[in-house]
Amino acid sequence: MEFKDYYKTLGVSRDATAEEIKKAFRRLARKYHPDVSKETDAEHKMKEVNEANAVLSDPEKRAAYDQLGQGRGFQAGSDFQPPPGWDAGFEFSGRGSSGAQAADFSDFFAELFGKQMGGGSRQTHHRMRGEDHHAKIMLDLEDTYHGATRSLTLRMPKLDSQGHTVLAEHTLNVRIPKGVHAGQIIRLAGQGGSGHAGEAAGDLFLEVHFKSHSRYRIENKDVYAALPIAPWEAALGATIKIPVPDGVVEVRVPENSQSGRKLRLKGRGIPAATPGDLYLVLEVVLPPAATPKQREFYQTMAQELAFNPRQHLGV
Amino acid sequence: MPHEIDAILLEDTLLNLDELTRSCQVSREWVIERVQWGLLLDEDSSHTDPAAWLFDSRSFVRIKRIVAVERDFECNPELAGLVADMIEEIELLRTRLKAAKLDEN
Repeated sequence: MEFKDYYKTLGVSRDATAEEIKKAFRRLARKYHPDVSKETDAEHKMKEVNEANAVLSDPEKRAAYDQLGQGRGFQAGSDFQPPPGWDAGFEFSGRGSSGAQAADFSDFFAELFGKQMGGGSRQTHHRMRGEDHHAKIMLDLEDTYHGATRSLTLRMPKLDSQGHTVLAEHTLNVRIPKGVHAGQIIRLAGQGGSGHAGEAAGDLFLEVHFKSHSRYRIENKDVYAALPIAPWEAALGATIKIPVPDGVVEVRVPENSQSGRKLRLKGRGIPAATPGDLYLVLEVVLPPAATPKQREFYQTMAQELAFNPRQHLGV
Repeated sequence: MPHEIDAILLEDTLLNLDELTRSCQVSREWVIERVQWGLLLDEDSSHTDPAAWLFDSRSFVRIKRIVAVERDFECNPELAGLVADMIEEIELLRTRLKAAKLDEN
């Protein structure tokens, strides 16, 4: 297990005041806010910042953590095992970090402060339902068209045989129904934190996100794809075969079409209860003018068509 | 070999107020106040019985955002609601941008 230097994570000195810690945390919470941050790996960094803040903003945890590091010269990343009885004299009241949040924290945090987290506590003897946990799930577009089984690995705090809290990996195979769309929440009953004294486990809530796709873009329940066509198909109209997420379809391109024109295939978007539509965005692709014969064709067009695409600009 | 479990979409079994408060670790009063202030659900909901309120995926994600912003920045609920509005707007615009292929990332 690696030692975590929480002061370094927040960029504050060891004698920082509570106010300085709060300010540093807020600055980083803004920088790494997962919804708006442009930083790479913002989500992971935000978890580290939350973990550091959960310890340093709580006077009891901070005092215990300081005592642990004192004079032992632990550096961030160095191999670490807490000495037996390191927390003697400290009673953690459990403020500042919920079990649901703590499930995101490191092994280091779980080992030090995990006794109040889910998975049974030496201080919690009252009956209590397990906490709900929240996570994200990344799906492929194809999963929503066909349904799929996705394997999820979650880390849950648990007590080992010596009574230490460890983050145990837990794999679930989840059957994803057809028609799920981005932003929807999947609920897995009983897959959250364990209950105490015989009470039920909490639930696991998964927010659906889609991986980016090379051909398709998703907007809510509608799906967009580019449809490359030749100039004569755009000008004269054509019936074209094209692969779509749920098979191959023939679409009719109306004559006198231009790039950017959208063809709507009703109900061929995400197959939800009310299905979305599939939009094919026409993209006229010009044949190359590489050989003398090809160039001659273009010159003939220029003479015969007398076409000025900038006429509306008045020149 | 882990067993397979069926994913249940929140839209099929919407959350009631008690389930929502338990999951997001907020009090009933916390939610009721924010509905009354127009930060959650729609305006008509504030005149109805909280026991009849149902929360879908969108409300669930929004509440989690507001909770996090209020907690992390110790800010007032209206400001957290405004941040949530703006994040939702950014998400919508980013999705449109991607759908229009303007953003290859």
